[in-house]
Amino acid sequence: MKILFFGRLKDGAPHSVPPEIRDTDALRAWLGHDRPELLDTSIRIAVNDEMILGNRALDEGDEIAFLPPVSGG
Amino acid sequence: MIAVQADPFDAALLLADFSVRAAGAGAIASFTGMVRRENDGAAVSSLALEHHPSLTEQAIAGIGADAALRFELQDVAIVHRHGVLMPGEAIVFVAAAAAHRRAAFEAVDYVMDRLKTEAPFWKREQRSDGAHWLEARDSDRKARARWG
Repeated sequence: MKILFFGRLKDGAPHSVPPEIRDTDALRAWLGHDRPELLDTSIRIAVNDEMILGNRALDEGDEIAFLPPVSGG
Repeated sequence: MIAVQADPFDAALLLADFSVRAAGAGAIASFTGMVRRENDGAAVSSLALEHHPSLTEQAIAGIGADAALRFELQDVAIVHRHGVLMPGEAIVFVAAAAAHRRAAFEAVDYVMDRLKTEAPFWKREQRSDGAHWLEARDSDRKARARWG
């Protein structure tokens, strides 16, 4: 699983994700222990270049992006 | 034409090319956004724009397609830069070609309002008072809300 952070979330990369993390809700909660800012609902998540709404099951090869509110073009 | 690129662009050349492609349109309107020299009273030394390689292009293509449909455009162009830009550099170019002027004007305004609120860009300004991540402005959200 590859995790990417954008914008102001960029500082600080996570460790490898434990195998019991099987969906985006669990991933967000797990990362949120160290980085509570990721729990904020304004932080959106994309899986494999697709924005998701709600929870999404995750596979080994997935790429998950955490996206803070945009600054605009 | 939709492009998200690190390279600088020449807005005059883009407009000239667009005008050729849009031959036959009754109206062409365009907008060029520039990196400001000052923000909140502090001099800006550079602006770094981070993007998401595929989501940003997808979002911009979607906005262009929506504008084309909504304003019955003959053609639409959106070129946006990412990377580190200096004050005075062009950051975004939008052009719309339509049968009549109102649709062309409005389409450009609409595209800019949506880019400002929806396009996945994260901006960090280097200013005389330090580095600042920029947040979307309330005025931008209000402008976006006008279009429903």
